[in-house]
Amino acid sequence: MNQVTNAIGRDLPVSIEGYGQVRPFVGAFATAPDMLRQAPKVKRILPGEQKLVNDIETVFKKIPVTDGMTLSFHHHLRNGDGVVNMVLAVAAKLGVKNLTVALSSVFPVHAPIVEHVKNGVVTGLDTNYMSGSVAQAVSQGVFPRPVVLRTHGGRARAIECGQLKIDVAFIAAPAADDYGNLNGVEGPAACGSLGYAIPDAQYADHVVAVTDHLVPYPLSPISIPQTRVDYVVKVDCIGDPKGIVSGTTKITRDPVGLKIAETTAKVIKAAGMIKDEFSFQTGAGGASLAAAYYVRQMMEEAGVTGSFALGGITGYMVEMLEAGLFRKLIDVQGFDLDAVRSLAGNSNHLEVGADYYASPFNLGAAVNKLDVVVLGATEIDTGFNVNVVTGSDGVVMGGSGGHSDAAAGAKMTIVVANLLRGRLPIIKDKVLTATTPGETVDVLVTERGIAVNPLRADLYEKFKAAGLPVKSVEELKELAEKIAGEPENISSGEKIVAVVEYRDGTVIDVVRQAK
Amino acid sequence: MNELKTAQAGTLESNDIMITLTPGAEGSGVVIELESIVLAQYGQAIRKTIANVANEQNVTDIYIKAVDRGALDCTIQARVLAALSRAGVILQKELI
Amino acid sequence: MDLRRTMLFMPGNNPGMLQNGGVFGADAIILDLEDAVAPKEKDAARLLVAQSLKTVDYGTSEKIVRINPLDTFARKDIEDIVPCKPDALLVPKVESPEDIQEVARLVAAAEKSGQAPVKLIALLETPCGIAEAYRIAKADKRVVALAFGAEDYTASLGAKRTKEGTEIFSARTIVVNSAAAAGIQSIDTPFTDVNDREGLIADTQLAKQLGFKGKLSINPRQIDEIHNVFNPTEQDINWAGRVIKAIRKAEAEGSGVASLDGKMVDAPIVARAERILFLARLLGLAEEVVL
Repeated sequence: MNQVTNAIGRDLPVSIEGYGQVRPFVGAFATAPDMLRQAPKVKRILPGEQKLVNDIETVFKKIPVTDGMTLSFHHHLRNGDGVVNMVLAVAAKLGVKNLTVALSSVFPVHAPIVEHVKNGVVTGLDTNYMSGSVAQAVSQGVFPRPVVLRTHGGRARAIECGQLKIDVAFIAAPAADDYGNLNGVEGPAACGSLGYAIPDAQYADHVVAVTDHLVPYPLSPISIPQTRVDYVVKVDCIGDPKGIVSGTTKITRDPVGLKIAETTAKVIKAAGMIKDEFSFQTGAGGASLAAAYYVRQMMEEAGVTGSFALGGITGYMVEMLEAGLFRKLIDVQGFDLDAVRSLAGNSNHLEVGADYYASPFNLGAAVNKLDVVVLGATEIDTGFNVNVVTGSDGVVMGGSGGHSDAAAGAKMTIVVANLLRGRLPIIKDKVLTATTPGETVDVLVTERGIAVNPLRADLYEKFKAAGLPVKSVEELKELAEKIAGEPENISSGEKIVAVVEYRDGTVIDVVRQAK
Repeated sequence: MNELKTAQAGTLESNDIMITLTPGAEGSGVVIELESIVLAQYGQAIRKTIANVANEQNVTDIYIKAVDRGALDCTIQARVLAALSRAGVILQKELI
Repeated sequence: MDLRRTMLFMPGNNPGMLQNGGVFGADAIILDLEDAVAPKEKDAARLLVAQSLKTVDYGTSEKIVRINPLDTFARKDIEDIVPCKPDALLVPKVESPEDIQEVARLVAAAEKSGQAPVKLIALLETPCGIAEAYRIAKADKRVVALAFGAEDYTASLGAKRTKEGTEIFSARTIVVNSAAAAGIQSIDTPFTDVNDREGLIADTQLAKQLGFKGKLSINPRQIDEIHNVFNPTEQDINWAGRVIKAIRKAEAEGSGVASLDGKMVDAPIVARAERILFLARLLGLAEEVVL
């Protein structure tokens, strides 16, 4: 078997059936762009012509949607999404086969995809995150072709640069007018930023807006402009609000998680970063969001005004904006109702596309301007490579999302994790599935100590001087194994069920069928 | 060993293990049925820990059902000992 | 002088909490066999605490076990727990010096030869306990601290427990005084509203002002706040340094009396200054060795 070893020591086949030639990962910044942008065909619509269509079936016939096409969707309606299932149901009804679904994140609500795969309606999946029965089905080898797992920035890059060619983009639009202006801040299914739909709208061959809230022309504000939208379909309901946004995201109450969060804030302070113009990104829950609480305390005590907070935006970040702790919020995705409200009403709360947020192949994504990002992990190894794709049982339960992008861009990348998750040590010799390469990860914070990437001797000195509990990553691994016992390694099958692409399109790892 | 009662100790909370003991047929030895959220990584180790406690306490002809939620060795030992004690075994303290 | 700024309760039948007890940086961890454990589970909790004492690394935290009262399970608790080498036992609902003496006898019988003597901390939670506080503090050499439990105390009084605490003011000062008179430490009652950060700080400041050396705690989130209050401030440390300098100066000049800021520096002031500097160095808050 022809193999190649990539820059973090993963052995990869030279080509993968159902995927193609493998371009192995050679370094976080080692691969430069070498192409022109994807150029969709120029179209026109005559004055007086209508875009409103009665139903999705009609759209399918007008385009027409044929076998083998790539249909794209965004995930801003998260676990309340109704559009993906609606569209695929029509495809199945009309006998369309062999579709590739390019859905930016897959949630439990998307379970019907598994049936469509079994019936041959869908044969390919291109996504940045998977959960629920689809993730399990992928791990069990149900899909005929390997799933392509990208990062949020990588998906935008792939769409713009032609590696992910979208035939039809179905954009769930919480609010739309009859000419195709769209936003996400109004309507019963309001979700906030439509950042992940923006590249799709710009580069797909056909763009179809699906809305349950049609407003008189012209809609404002405009997140996606009429000039790129072919059809507007009004349906009864695009999604369940309860699954779209939570009331408010709350920080964890778990004392160990809070301890980790507090230590993280001390790390940020010891690195000398709590000062004016500080910029920050953090996860939506658990210890990462709790870190925002302690960072806020430090900023308040020091009288600091930050420049911006980035990412998936929660009510907590909105509070910080409204309290004047940050001058701006840069929002690619809203997680709760506060984020939606703030985006709608505050001119310092900016909506940006996935490309602006995180693409590596443009003249600067927002992640490049980050001082600190706080991220989670399912596993991390002694080389600081992080796994956010598979659980320790080998089953797919996630994906990079913006993980690798933010880690690459930020001046200091902090991974927070319980040293032991239940009984499982989080530090391994080699993670099961590498997602974010160690060279972009600077610090690991656990409840029993902090490890610093040897590449960052500068940070190591600062943390030691501040009296923080710094240990080597090997010491932390040994400590975990001393407490829990050494775990047996689990084995996986042979068949490659997913290809994990780094943000630049090279392959950083593969996921094999779970046993 | 026939004087043993059925007994249970431990909970289904995270990091705990629920141990249920029932007397086994004469000559059946120590039979362990294990369910665990970390079966692949620690299944063998958990069985060994349970069996060791039973052996050290000179207990045999017993059926041990264990439902594990990621318990560490010290917790497994404590729960098995508690179940044994509740089943009527006089625990040998020096070994605890 | 043992640091007991914080003494954190951990429920004795909860493996998840027991195995993480060392993570929170409390000066002492209390593995609780009493109020945190249902009667049906006392046996299982005892075994779990015994195993935890032997295998869990609690770092530099003092390992304390709160046993059950003498009229329920104390005997079995002491018999099984003491050989596992806890640093101290927290004895609940102590009402008389005889209670302590009985516990001390049981502990002595259970200790293995060569084992460091297990200390005792008396938890005073009833009017009788408060009335006998000084005699309880003197009851046995093993007693290193008196702790105050206000929840049970106010229930016995038939008074309403408030955050502001007038109803427990006397009891608090009695505990502080009795412990001080006996030359041991006093530890204040826990602040039970886990979400009220301001209230915790105020209550802890009051405890410090009254002379308590530490506070019982029921939630790891309280640890750092309580430490911040009990730690000597920069002002305290500077003042203490100046006191010692004044003493040294007086000694060097052969004068019998030192003065600072126009006031005489006498023995109690020196003692307080020395204690501050000792604490400061222990906590890494002061570098130079002044003494």
